Amino acid sequence: MTTHYLVLSGLLFAIGAMGVLIRRNAIVVFMCVELMLNACNLAFVTFSRQVGNLEGQIIAFFVMVVAAAEVVVGLAIIVTIFRTRRSASVDDANLLKY
Amino acid sequence: MGETITFWVLAVVSVGAALGMVFNRKAVYSALMLGTVMLSLAVLYAVQDAPFLAAVQIIVYTGAIMMLFLFVLMLVGVDSSDSFVETLKGQRFWAVIAALGFGTLIVVAVGNAVFAPEAGLQQATAGAGGYVRSIALLLFTKYVFAFEITSALLITAALAAMVLTHRERLFEKPTQKDLSKARFQGDHPSPLPGPGTYARNNAIDMPALLPDGSVAETSVNRYIARYDVEHDRLPADPRLAQAIKHTAEQEEAPTEAEQDATEHGSEVTK
Amino acid sequence: MESEIAQITQHTGGVIGNAWLMIAFPLVGAFILLVFNKLTDRWGHLLGVAMSLASFVVAVLAFFELIGFGASERRRAVELYEFIPNLDLKMGLLIDPLSISFALLITGVGSLIHIYSIGYMAHDEHRRRFFAYLNLFVSAMLLLVLADNYVGLFIGWEGVGLASYLLIGFWQFKPSAAVAAKKAFVVNRVGDFGLLVGMFVIWTTFGTLAFKDLYGKIGEAGASDGVMLAIGLLLLLGACGKSAQLPLQSWLLDAMEGPTPVSALIHAATMVTAGVYLVVRSGAFFFPEGSGAALAVTIVGAATLLAGAIIGCAKDDIKKGLAGSTMSQIGYMMLGAGLGPAGYAFAIGHLITHGFFKADLFLGAGSVMHGMNDEVNMRKYGGLRKFMPITFVTFFIGYLAIIGFPLLSGYFTKDGIIETAVHHAPVLGWLAVLGAGITGFYMSRMVFMTFFGQKRWADDAHPHESPAVMTVPLMVLSLGALGLGAWLVLGGTLYDFLIPSVGGSAAEAPKFNPFTTPGLVTLALVAVGAVFAWMRYGRAEVPAVQPRGSFLTTFARRDLYGDAINESLFMRPGQWLTRLAVFFDNRGIDGLVNGLAAGIGGSSGRLRRIQTGFARTYALSIFIGAALLTGALLLVGTI
Repeated sequence: MTTHYLVLSGLLFAIGAMGVLIRRNAIVVFMCVELMLNACNLAFVTFSRQVGNLEGQIIAFFVMVVAAAEVVVGLAIIVTIFRTRRSASVDDANLLKY
Repeated sequence: MGETITFWVLAVVSVGAALGMVFNRKAVYSALMLGTVMLSLAVLYAVQDAPFLAAVQIIVYTGAIMMLFLFVLMLVGVDSSDSFVETLKGQRFWAVIAALGFGTLIVVAVGNAVFAPEAGLQQATAGAGGYVRSIALLLFTKYVFAFEITSALLITAALAAMVLTHRERLFEKPTQKDLSKARFQGDHPSPLPGPGTYARNNAIDMPALLPDGSVAETSVNRYIARYDVEHDRLPADPRLAQAIKHTAEQEEAPTEAEQDATEHGSEVTK
Repeated sequence: MESEIAQITQHTGGVIGNAWLMIAFPLVGAFILLVFNKLTDRWGHLLGVAMSLASFVVAVLAFFELIGFGASERRRAVELYEFIPNLDLKMGLLIDPLSISFALLITGVGSLIHIYSIGYMAHDEHRRRFFAYLNLFVSAMLLLVLADNYVGLFIGWEGVGLASYLLIGFWQFKPSAAVAAKKAFVVNRVGDFGLLVGMFVIWTTFGTLAFKDLYGKIGEAGASDGVMLAIGLLLLLGACGKSAQLPLQSWLLDAMEGPTPVSALIHAATMVTAGVYLVVRSGAFFFPEGSGAALAVTIVGAATLLAGAIIGCAKDDIKKGLAGSTMSQIGYMMLGAGLGPAGYAFAIGHLITHGFFKADLFLGAGSVMHGMNDEVNMRKYGGLRKFMPITFVTFFIGYLAIIGFPLLSGYFTKDGIIETAVHHAPVLGWLAVLGAGITGFYMSRMVFMTFFGQKRWADDAHPHESPAVMTVPLMVLSLGALGLGAWLVLGGTLYDFLIPSVGGSAAEAPKFNPFTTPGLVTLALVAVGAVFAWMRYGRAEVPAVQPRGSFLTTFARRDLYGDAINESLFMRPGQWLTRLAVFFDNRGIDGLVNGLAAGIGGSSGRLRRIQTGFARTYALSIFIGAALLTGALLLVGTI
């Protein structure tokens, strides 16, 4: 079963990455990032059971906590940007360039 | 056998939901799809001897984080669905290629790997006297520093969110007296007329008629007017249709006063 | 001969022990005048004169103290301070007959010219600055002759060069003066280079630059003939630059752009004779057995005396005529100095008398110009003797002295050089005789064009005699021109006096005897020259406009094409070289550097387009990179 879980994890990760690359709405991009994190967590949990070691679950736990913090800050940034630019598109914030 | 069935059902559901999240134009739907994926994953955790994580997944992710997403979505505007026209040349093509390539690589790599039979967690949890106790033991002994630092991170994040979204008040907060004065100096001392007083169409999207028989444009909410225009639900009466169209056009180009109102609104929500 | 040079005695106390005051007085004067600037405008010239006179008084007192010693003790060294401890170089003064002679000339004639300048520069608003520079010059010149080592000499040498530059360009608002000053400075650099390299060679060969130590070491160290010749020629190059000898003569004629007292003091009486001083002081380097350096000195001297005389014949500018004459007379001195101890005394004697009569002539010319609205063209003079009698008489005495009229100063000293030259180097000696004849011609031409004949001056000129402050120095100088030569030469006074410094022995002292073949021929040639000049410029009408003249005249008017030679040999190739360097710099180095910069700039200008500012583009490249990396790891089998 380990292989199945890992393949699922890889697929979810790739889908998340694709979403990050093709979506413009900053919030959706953020969701895709969360999806990638979740895919990683799945791999951690799978490996944890595979090798019979709880530490994988502990790492997954920490990933969740850090993701929570990240979401808070990230969404705050999105709100701030939206307030000044009236846009949540990641392509609109492109002033930092050549 | 039970686990296999569960896995295949949830795998299909989660991959489908993930794809739906990526390809759905409306952000709210995307958020709901993501919630679906997370719930599926929570079940998969539970199946894989990780009930604690399953609980945390549901509480933290689907409970807290998803709610935060939805909250911000509402703040930013739910009705603005994304345009799916790609503006960056080659971006979508290469993104799909890269995702497919990466996915293939992972599948091939994992598929080629040969795993021993699963060790299971019985051995690991036996010493500390149970699963939850084992988790707690690890968390509060070996990883106690990481745990404490995480708490600092959470507090910092909370502070950061406050600092980032904080807005200095540049003017004195208007008192009720000020608001009252402003209302009387403006165009409408009284509340705007309510809609739908027209006998045959007592509906919220129908403008009211003023005592002199003219159409009161201000009586219809402009979002609703726009919905009517977009979905071709204009009334047969040309005067009313004209009024609704006019109101909908106003929505297209918000005036300065409206912008101010929006900003005040965001302040209020905070 | 060498043995006759007296040992140097350490000296403390007395006037000689305080001889540094000679240098200090004018230096302080220059300092005050330059630093306090306009505050000293009203009395600055008086301070300048006072400082120069104070210096003269010290020199005279030192002179009397010096002759109080016996002949073998007349070389007094005064130690002042540690100058460069690393080189074991002490700064000190050497008061000996040679240096005190120079000091007397410099301070004496210098003071007279200071006094004269009060009148001459009376109408110049920068008179104070002029006196500051004059004081600076006197101070530097005294350091040059009094220093007891080559470093001190060199400092003085450069100091007089600086003063000369400042004074030639004193009227710097005139482009010609500014250019002349620059030219003098540049040409002098060539000579200074020679002196400096000569000093380097002396240092590496003998390990010291002090005269005192050198005298002992030259004999013992046994430097090779080649090294001695090199030192001699390098020092000669330095002397040529400062004394305007061929081939570095070209700056002196242009230097006449300076005020006339400057021409008299620096470019006739004192500074230009520094080269002669250097040769005489460094005599030991020129006279080892079989050295060619002394021969080179005599050849340079003879060539220059003829060249100067020829140039003097063709100049209509009275000051440039006198400048040519100065070149010529210094040529005589160099010729004498190149003949060794036998000629030293006459060279120094001629130097001293020349200092007097040439200063007299220059100041006379200045007096004439003063009365003629600063006109320098002799073709616009004529018949001035009635209008400025004192100037005329003093100028005439100077004239007689320089052409070697019997019993006047120049007669004794120049005749001495000629006789010695004919005796030691007959060919050069007879050239010197010929030069004396030409001197007779061009000086007579000058006198006749200026003071005799019809008046040719412009209508607005009102020739008048100069004030007493100018004529009194003229009279004093003409007294020197009258009798100084006889006093110095007759009975070998100067020769005996100089023996401790330059060698020679009292027994070998040349007896002055005018009735020899060269002496008589010289007199005859001078007379012929003077008569010829009288026929052409005294009796005949002098054309007011310069006639075309023959090839030879043009040759002389153009300073023997000295400038043309310098231009074609050095200036043009130098310009080509700089143009080549500029071209190479612009096209080669700059091209390379700019091309590189442009290439990098251009390519990065294109490359920066990659930075679109779109986060998604960056994310895509990161993701593709990660995918490729994963693939690579899979391929090599690490995963």
